[in-house]
Amino acid sequence: MAEELVDVRNLGMKYQSPNGEIDAVRDVSFTVNKGEFVSLVGPSGCGKSTILSIISGLLKPTSGSVRIGGEWVRGTSRKVGYMLQKDHLFDWRTIYQNVLLGLEVRGTLNRESRERVLGLLKTYGLYDFKDKYPNQLSGGMRQRAALIRTLAVNPDILLLDEAFSALDYQMRIAVTDDIYGIIKSEQKTVILVTHDISESISMSDRVIVLSKRPATVTAIHDIKFNLEKRTPLACREAQEFPGYFNTIWKELDVHV
Amino acid sequence: MSDKQEPALSRERAEYLRKVKIRKYSIFATRILILVAVFAVWEITANLKLVDPFITSQPSRIIRTLVNLYREGDLFRHIGVTCLETVAGFLMGTILGTGIAILLWWSDFISRVLEPYLVVLNSLPKIALGPIFIIWIGPGPSAIIVMALAISLIVTILEVLNGFLSADPEKIRLVQTFGANRLQVFTKVVLPANISSVINALKINVGLSWVGVIVGEFLVSRAGLGYLIVYGGQVFQLDLVMTSVIILAVAAALMYQGVVWIEKKLTKNRQIYGQL
Repeated sequence: MAEELVDVRNLGMKYQSPNGEIDAVRDVSFTVNKGEFVSLVGPSGCGKSTILSIISGLLKPTSGSVRIGGEWVRGTSRKVGYMLQKDHLFDWRTIYQNVLLGLEVRGTLNRESRERVLGLLKTYGLYDFKDKYPNQLSGGMRQRAALIRTLAVNPDILLLDEAFSALDYQMRIAVTDDIYGIIKSEQKTVILVTHDISESISMSDRVIVLSKRPATVTAIHDIKFNLEKRTPLACREAQEFPGYFNTIWKELDVHV
Repeated sequence: MSDKQEPALSRERAEYLRKVKIRKYSIFATRILILVAVFAVWEITANLKLVDPFITSQPSRIIRTLVNLYREGDLFRHIGVTCLETVAGFLMGTILGTGIAILLWWSDFISRVLEPYLVVLNSLPKIALGPIFIIWIGPGPSAIIVMALAISLIVTILEVLNGFLSADPEKIRLVQTFGANRLQVFTKVVLPANISSVINALKINVGLSWVGVIVGEFLVSRAGLGYLIVYGGQVFQLDLVMTSVIILAVAAALMYQGVVWIEKKLTKNRQIYGQL
């Protein structure tokens, strides 16, 4: 039996503003096992990112609860690493200084953590670029640096918030493969939020389909491919792919 | 990049580089020419009595005045007093203004409360406060420095605060995902992302501090370039007025270059490629 890492239960979120109340998330429950790759798919603006923010502890839910490794989430957790839409590398810092950011903020920058980060840079081919500035790197390398910045604080679980959607299509396919490979070799648990059905199927073990706002869980699919070595690109060409795609497409119920 | 061996230049490239160079030199030469021409015409028309040098002064008289001031030992005293007041006003305006901007960034509540007051103070011509400062502080350098401060402070606050508030919220979110507190958000993101707006405030401040100091010296002083100008005007000594104005122009330009130099030091290495 797989070990349960994240437990999201009856999550609800209502945003308050002077113009009124926005019901963003309603009664969402799911669990994520250790080492699993789970996607939340839903139409744009449905409240997916809100769910991630709540799991990360940046946002307090109006109802329901989140537990990570059995502990209630109250405030930002050290177990969580978060990747945003853009790489957001700081252009006034070198790549090395950029990937140390999380350790600096958490006050865990020491000889050991530096060694670990240098190891990550070496393993993932950025060591030679560590003293360069972000604008001297290609989009793919920047994305990789952003992932290493997240991995540097050694999180148990990675939250990817539309993490590739700022890239153009070709770059995105390539980066997805690259990042997927790194995540798998680091054996991290992942929750990915996306509006891209293909992306979610090609990367995930499980896809959770969300409805329009307020977000509720429409369906949960286990994604299985009969492949020797699974990569997002291989999945896109596998024969099971169109079946999953059509099912989820119908469930999303997209209207122009 | 500089560490790579440059390949031999193509003929077109060499031609292009030559044109760029010629253009650069011709701009520089024209600038010098204009300066020389203005002074030459000024001198000649004054010598030929086409204009009255009693009213317009003339370059040779300015040089004579400069030498006289130097011989009497007053030249550097006046320059020193004015520069000192300006630097003091400039530093206080920058430090205090940036400090207040940080406070307003920190507390949205205070910022909202003070907003209308800042708007009113910003639109108020600060020179109107001159007599008040003189009565409160007493005639002397302190009142002049406060005048310079009053003129530059509000602009600094607004300029720097605007920069702080324009920091990318997603970058702030990023450091918050690592658990950053407000101080860390400020030191890791908001301040480094806004070095350029702080420096812009410095550049504006240099000019405003000069305005404040000269106005202050007009109102009350016994030394300084502003004093020389007012005194020269009162005794109808246009030579003295013109000389002081020219010294003022040189000093202000030098101080501005100083700020540009600081800017270069601070932004060295950063965004070398991004700005191309």
